[in-house]
Amino acid sequence: MSLALQTFSTVKDANAALQAAGTRYLGGGTLVIRAANEGDVSVSSLVRVTDPGLSRIAVSGGKVQLGASVTMAAIARHPELVALAPAARAVGGPAIRNMATVGGNLFAPAPYGDFAVALLALDATVVTEDGELPIETFLAGRDVGRAIVTGVGFALPKAESFRFLKVSRVKPKGVSVLSIAALLELAADGTVSSARIALGCMADRPIRATPAEKALLGCKLTPREIAPALAAAGEGIAPITDPIASAWYRAEVLPVHLGRLLLG
Amino acid sequence: MAKVPVEFTLNGLETAEFVESGTTLLNALRDKIGDTSPKGGCHQGTCGACSVIIDGELRLSCLTLAETCGGADIKTTAGLAEGGVLHPLQRAFLDAFATQCGFCTPGMIMAAKVLLDRTPNPSREDVVEALSGNICRCTGYEPIIQAVLTAARANSQNAA
Ligand SMILES: Cc1cc2nc3c(=O)[nH]c(=O)nc-3n(C[C@H](O)[C@H](O)[C@H](O)COP(=O)(O)OP(=O)(O)OC[C@H]3O[C@@H](n4cnc5c(N)ncnc54)[C@H](O)[C@@H]3O)c2cc1C
Ligand code: FES
Ligand code: FES
Repeated sequence: MSLALQTFSTVKDANAALQAAGTRYLGGGTLVIRAANEGDVSVSSLVRVTDPGLSRIAVSGGKVQLGASVTMAAIARHPELVALAPAARAVGGPAIRNMATVGGNLFAPAPYGDFAVALLALDATVVTEDGELPIETFLAGRDVGRAIVTGVGFALPKAESFRFLKVSRVKPKGVSVLSIAALLELAADGTVSSARIALGCMADRPIRATPAEKALLGCKLTPREIAPALAAAGEGIAPITDPIASAWYRAEVLPVHLGRLLLG
Repeated sequence: MAKVPVEFTLNGLETAEFVESGTTLLNALRDKIGDTSPKGGCHQGTCGACSVIIDGELRLSCLTLAETCGGADIKTTAGLAEGGVLHPLQRAFLDAFATQCGFCTPGMIMAAKVLLDRTPNPSREDVVEALSGNICRCTGYEPIIQAVLTAARANSQNAA
């Protein structure tokens, strides 16, 4: 295998090296080394950054900053990130979680990207040297952007307002049939006052369920009142087909699982 | 392709080798250093047969570049037995028939070892979760789960 690895101490120098053709950033390597092992010759050179700041988790004043190199295992065991632990634990088995990074998950094509689904529901900001982007803008342009992601930021959700669900056939660590994350605020009377819902496997990357979000506003979380939101969940989706499930199946079961998440 | 030096501690021994740039830790261990205990089942991160412990954490050596392990403390199943005496996990795997063809065994034992190092008295669910990245095509898993639970009990009796 001919893969050159270049190691830099700063993101700036690494960004410059990434401009060369055939060069990719190396996060935890669970996708990029896997592709190389499989014979992907489009990558001839990998770039990594040793700056310890990329592995930092900072929680203060209700805000969370996760460095791009923070692993799923580090999130899952962090005492202040309990609300996010289910999403971090949804990624792979224990060894994968020790390697898989936040940065890599933002680039992972469906059926992967379970943690990115959570970040989309949380309205995270994606940070690069060029500045900050809303996660939706970032995800839309991720195939063309080459800049190294240095981290993500978001407001720490209250445990009761953030919900995450991953559906897989093999327990406990199978690949996603779908994943759903929802950030819900309820008014004093129990009606939904704001909703942000993100879906995994319903396109080649995480997408928002905007029609379902709108339909939820003003509803109580009861089977009758959420029915219009569940009916709207399939609007605008283009699920993937892979060995785990067909697009048809994914679309069929989405309302069922969204219902379970909302009522659970 | 230029060769690059790699230096790490393998099962307590300082180890240094020159490998081709881009060599996975799995290939470096097996083909260069001669530790064939980690197995290459899939080279895709899916089977867990290549699992090793790097700085106390379970990792897949097939998805790790050897060059990124400079200065690391690496443990493999080959380093578990001491003076010809099997590690309690190895003993338990043999006694419980948790090994048939044996291909998954070193990876299973590594995954079980990190579990027991952190959680000496695991529940059955803890064991299932800890082994969830490791595939076995022979045993049906139950003997493996039982072996890990037995090793945990043996450890805690020795400690008592
Ligand atoms: C067996 C197995 C099971 C898996 N199960 C799951 C699962 O259940 N759920 C899930 O979501 N994923 C899963 N994955 C996929 C993968 O492990 C995760 O998505 C992981 O988070 C990817 O991160 P990484 O650091 O390993 O990425 P890498 O492989 O290092 O990188 C992936 C891509 O992102 C780019 N990249 C990485 N970091 C950055 C950055 N900071 N800036 C710019 N570009 C970057 C790389 O250049 C590369 O193109 C699985 C993978 C395997 C092998
Ligand atoms: S060989 Fe590494 S996971 Fe299968
Ligand atoms: S004993 Fe054969 S794969 Fe597990």
